[in-house]
Amino acid sequence: MDFLIPNQLSYPILSTLIFLPLAGAVVLFMIRNETAAKIWSLIISVVNFALSLPLYFSFDISTYKYQFAEHVPWIPGFKINYTLGVDGISLLLVLLSTLLTPICILASWKYIDKRVREFLFSLLIMETACVGVFSALDFVLFYIFFEAMLVPMYLLIAVWGGPEKVYASLKFFIYTMAGSVFLMVAMIALYLNAGTFSIPELMAHKFSFNFQFWIFLALGFAFAIKVPMAPLHTWLPAAHVEAPTAGSVILASILLKMGTYGFVRFCLPITPQASVYFAPYVFGISLISILYGGYVALGQSDMKRLIAYSSVAHMGFVTLGTFLFNKQGLEGAILQMINHGVTTGALFLCVGIIYERSHSRLISVNSGISSIMPIYIGFLGLFSFSSLAFPGTNSFVGELLVLIGTFLDHKWVGALAIPGVVLAAAYMLRLLQKIAWGGEGNPTFKDMNLREIIYLAPLAIFVLWIGFNPGPFLDVMHASVAHLIEQVQAGNALALVK
Amino acid sequence: MDFSLFLPETFLLFMALIFFCQSMWKSSADLNQGLALFLSAAGVIISLLNLNQSGELFYRSYRVDLFSQTFKCLISFGLFLVVVLGRKLKGIEERLQPEFFMFLSLSSLGLSLMVSSVELLTIFIAMELSSYSLYVLIPIRNQARGQQMEAAIKYIIFGAAATGVMLFGMSYIFGVTGSTYLVDILQKMPALLKEPIAVIGLLLVLCGFFFKLAVVPFQFWTPDVYQGAANETASFVATMPKLGAVALLLRLVSLAGSGAVDLIQVLVLLSAVSMTFGNLAALVQTDLKRLLAYSSIAHAGYVLLGVLSLNSAGFSAAVYHISAYLLMNLACFLVVCAVSREGENVAISDLSGLYRRSPLLAFTLAVGAFALAGIPPTAGFTGKLFLFVAALNQGHLALVIIAAVNTAISIYYYLNIVRSAYGQDPNGLPAVTLSFSNRLLNYGLILAIILLGALPAWFIELARTACKTIIS
Repeated sequence: MDFLIPNQLSYPILSTLIFLPLAGAVVLFMIRNETAAKIWSLIISVVNFALSLPLYFSFDISTYKYQFAEHVPWIPGFKINYTLGVDGISLLLVLLSTLLTPICILASWKYIDKRVREFLFSLLIMETACVGVFSALDFVLFYIFFEAMLVPMYLLIAVWGGPEKVYASLKFFIYTMAGSVFLMVAMIALYLNAGTFSIPELMAHKFSFNFQFWIFLALGFAFAIKVPMAPLHTWLPAAHVEAPTAGSVILASILLKMGTYGFVRFCLPITPQASVYFAPYVFGISLISILYGGYVALGQSDMKRLIAYSSVAHMGFVTLGTFLFNKQGLEGAILQMINHGVTTGALFLCVGIIYERSHSRLISVNSGISSIMPIYIGFLGLFSFSSLAFPGTNSFVGELLVLIGTFLDHKWVGALAIPGVVLAAAYMLRLLQKIAWGGEGNPTFKDMNLREIIYLAPLAIFVLWIGFNPGPFLDVMHASVAHLIEQVQAGNALALVK
Repeated sequence: MDFSLFLPETFLLFMALIFFCQSMWKSSADLNQGLALFLSAAGVIISLLNLNQSGELFYRSYRVDLFSQTFKCLISFGLFLVVVLGRKLKGIEERLQPEFFMFLSLSSLGLSLMVSSVELLTIFIAMELSSYSLYVLIPIRNQARGQQMEAAIKYIIFGAAATGVMLFGMSYIFGVTGSTYLVDILQKMPALLKEPIAVIGLLLVLCGFFFKLAVVPFQFWTPDVYQGAANETASFVATMPKLGAVALLLRLVSLAGSGAVDLIQVLVLLSAVSMTFGNLAALVQTDLKRLLAYSSIAHAGYVLLGVLSLNSAGFSAAVYHISAYLLMNLACFLVVCAVSREGENVAISDLSGLYRRSPLLAFTLAVGAFALAGIPPTAGFTGKLFLFVAALNQGHLALVIIAAVNTAISIYYYLNIVRSAYGQDPNGLPAVTLSFSNRLLNYGLILAIILLGALPAWFIELARTACKTIIS
């Protein structure tokens, strides 16, 4: 247990973050009034965010070990434990989850007018599952959260979704489930081989290359669907387009990260040899995702669909950075996960805001509104520039780090990724240009109200903050990333000796 | 002889006798239903009080141990649930209701006797007691015009054939070992396993239980019986005999010991075929009970994963999964019984907008379906996890992968049920009102499915200790 640093705070912070939303969700069933239900969930989620802040302020950046750890035996017969903890890799993702939930609740304040309590129930359960996934240090616990999140997400799409919601929600569920059954088999195989479900212990265990090969494939398949990497991405545009705004935000900002997080947390340290072996293939798929996602995004007329394809491209940079196995690449990838969560989440919120006015997501219907909704265009402009990685915004730092990492070791891969950056500029600027200045706008639209500004403002602040001062965000991951690289190198060095 | 060991069974017999008396004069339906509720609840308490009994009865042919007592608790608990969820007995004519309860308790009695029997003929008689009661129960239905007769005839013919095959197998086993006592057979069996006759004899005996569990190729009766029988009867047929079947499969398979390579191969094959067939056939069903029937065939395949592991981990996983199955399947049948207005069958389209018509029922259905699909944190997931661990531990990688792929396939039709309940509009279908006891049962089942899934440690330890008593 030397890799765990017990929780030093006065309350079990991670358990609180996981179970407070769950408790709040259960209480929702007893609240009859819908406005009261909204206020209650908002309070719960804001309190949860406030409670999560000590994670950052008490975080010890000098160690790679898992902090704020909690460890309780759960099913002793199978050596399954309730182990929680965060390190530099998962810290920011946990904070992102707690930040976005109140934002999603605020964004749905008016938009969701039927079955409000159930909607809030699903959102709060999602928060439980998301925080759980990023802080679980036991494979079974991770798997439970990883799967449990399917049900509320499915309901968000299937009940509150658009006209094609049935198709989209089924596709989403079956794709992800198909991936995760292999995750389960891999998990059991790892347990039987190493005798533990504990993730840190699995990292320390050395597996034969042949075993790693198959485990990597099973894990990789599950995570690649989640990321999603081409050609397994087709559930994503469907799900995004049909999901309500809050659903899209959670989907893009947090769910997709579970895939890339899975690569960083499981594939690299547990199957280091296989990761190195498969790295060229991952580069290939990542490049295809970057270029194909960007190219398809260029041709979209639906704003949500455009952003969905841009997600495929952005996530390509994350997987590319992850498999570089160097400091710049990995830190860029992890930072890019956060950036994508902030920026794409914000863009989906922007689409939601205009949709509430025009009831259409088509670019052509919503164009030319720069003089009608100036504040809106201000925000949209900022987030679009962030999405195309303009210097001074958060994504610039992330993509730059990934590209530096790529050029360090694989020049040709880097050269091939560059057109992706150009494509991003093309499709985002096209979107911005059409929405802001393309034709006559509808004069009946009202500009953003205070509620809308309140929930977009924090994201705008993070775009600029990370953009101009990425230091504090990168500092927390240095130790963990360095340790991860050591693990990968050690795993491969051992193979050479053999 | 200590008759306190026999208390749970005596009580079920007593319950059957009471309803036998009730059937002889005109009695009010409310009284019978209330009586059934009370007696079955008392049965649960009595069997729980007798959980830790152990001893032997009837010239060593009847053993009371933790294994049998655990199953008796499950059986009496299942009976209680079936009585509560079919509380109004919409599908059964009022004048036949005392008989309905009588045969229900007789069948449970048969199952309780079966899980304690450790001698082949005792097993046979106990099993027949439970089957004959069901043969009578299935045609009792005031709806569906003739469907129930078809179902009953199919069940009788398949049942009779399966028991015939089983008896034939018993004769082989008696022939090679010279005894009908499991204890004696256990000593001689491992040495005999190289002889085809011993393996075939054992397999033929197992056929009787494969029939009850609805393992391919003994599954043909399942969809028709589920569809033809009254909803309340179907909820019993769908769950309870499976408990007994699993108990006896475990007892008999443990006779073979770990050296039974041929036997394991056959079980692997049956398991793979059952789950694949069940899941594929379920994809196209439109009647909810038929869908549940095919899903039960698939689940029989999953349970075999634990049986064929031939160790206490696998056995306890099988016990866990079948207990979880009892809960999640009854959750679905609860919805079937409640949605059906006059005891008619329920199509998946009848679930449309169930969310609006009864939010609680829709939630129970969702929990039941997601549990059957194996989504955490429900008991269905935990059961599958234990089964997969047990099977993979014995090196059945291919089978576990088949099971995993099957899990993914099955999502589609379970999700279809949830989708109708949550994703569609009611289309003019009426609201469903639930009685107080039904509401309580809803909450109870939801909690039980989630709690058993999230905190399985105590139950799996109990099952493991219980299974150790049958593995020598």
